[in-house]
Amino acid sequence: MLIPIIVMSAMGLLFGLGLAFASNIFRVGLDPKIERIIGALPGANCGACGKAGCAGLAEAIAKGDASLTSCPAGGEETYNQIASIMGVEKKTMARKIARIKCGGGDQAKNKYEYKGVKTCAAEGLMAGGGKLCNFGCLGFGDCVMVCPFDAIHMGKNGMPVVDSERCTACGKCVSECPKNIISLENASETYYVKCLSRDKASFVRNACKTGCIACKICEKLSKGAFMVEDNLARLDYDRVDNEEELKLCVEKCPTRCIIQL
Amino acid sequence: MELNQLFMIAISVIFINNFILSRFLGLCPFIGVSKKTEPAFYMGLAVTFVMTASSVITWAVYIYLLEPFHIEYLRTLSFILVIASFVQLVEMFIQKTSPALYRAFGIYLALITTNCAVFGVAVLNSEMYLKTTGNPLKGLLFCATQGFFAGVGFTLVLLFMSGIRERLELCDVPGPMKNMPIAFIVAFLMSMAFMGFSGFRF
Repeated sequence: MLIPIIVMSAMGLLFGLGLAFASNIFRVGLDPKIERIIGALPGANCGACGKAGCAGLAEAIAKGDASLTSCPAGGEETYNQIASIMGVEKKTMARKIARIKCGGGDQAKNKYEYKGVKTCAAEGLMAGGGKLCNFGCLGFGDCVMVCPFDAIHMGKNGMPVVDSERCTACGKCVSECPKNIISLENASETYYVKCLSRDKASFVRNACKTGCIACKICEKLSKGAFMVEDNLARLDYDRVDNEEELKLCVEKCPTRCIIQL
Repeated sequence: MELNQLFMIAISVIFINNFILSRFLGLCPFIGVSKKTEPAFYMGLAVTFVMTASSVITWAVYIYLLEPFHIEYLRTLSFILVIASFVQLVEMFIQKTSPALYRAFGIYLALITTNCAVFGVAVLNSEMYLKTTGNPLKGLLFCATQGFFAGVGFTLVLLFMSGIRERLELCDVPGPMKNMPIAFIVAFLMSMAFMGFSGFRF
């Protein structure tokens, strides 16, 4: 019994020493910054930066191939950490957040009854989905599934809801949504129009209870901060003078498609 | 006489009993690293080196350690130890000399460790030559030859495959058949072609 143990241990020791010796010869100097940047990154390997995982981005940042703000998911804290590791002066970075620009859900009428595979991507292939409104959420929650930070959940009325605390603006849901109704917006801009329909008012009124009907009430009340183009109200934050006016718009919107978070 | 035998071994492991297409060993790098010719060639070189070196070392381990102490049942364990050490050595060497190649190999380089083709050469050596040949030095010669030419056969098939797959990139392959499925079909056709060397055996 002793002999096999001794033989195998001796072999292991011999090869181990050989490798230790070889590793000394073939040592590759790795940038110590890479390890520290990996520590600072979120570590979700979401791929939003376009690199192969967080380690890939860390290597690119350390080399100078990628900018310090390349990680959309990490936000300001990560950026500050990376900046201090790389010895660069900090700049403030506006926090972004995913916004779902549709309020339809159960309140939107169906064009046909969809009975297929229960994903938005599949339904979207069938004549643009089962909703009468062509700009509306299909409600199977592809965005919920794809979110690596557990920041989107299905709400009560068949619409997904973004958890603004958890959302890191990685953009996964934006590219996943087959109807392109999710976009990344500045988190400080809390008012927004929860509709993307460019259909005429007569059609929108029939298709959805909370669609924008381009009545231009908000345009008048906000003195031009809201603008109606292509049958759809848009909010331009550069023109906002008074937040009170926006609040008034939320109250007066006849279909309640202007929202404050 | 011996030269004749060595020639037979070479022809046998390159064509007739090719490790990938006849013995179906080492399929992981065969599919994984055969997308481009250059990494495929270097992968072949790495595997050839590991096969030859581990053939020699496992011969020594078998003749001078396992047989005298009558612990042949530890063959698998000790061979894997030898192969793993050699792969580590090759990995270090490549990382030092060519980082680009190191990245092209990715996980497949480390996977040579558990590559059944490399281990298969060592085991087949011990089955075919170590137990039967009376003269241990003759055994060493046969083992090294088989190890080296098994690697050559491996490289050859990898090069064939990568050449075909590079051309497939330019072909209009139907959507569902792209990449992997068509690679498997190519592998099947190549395997059928190589079966021609040995003929049908039922």
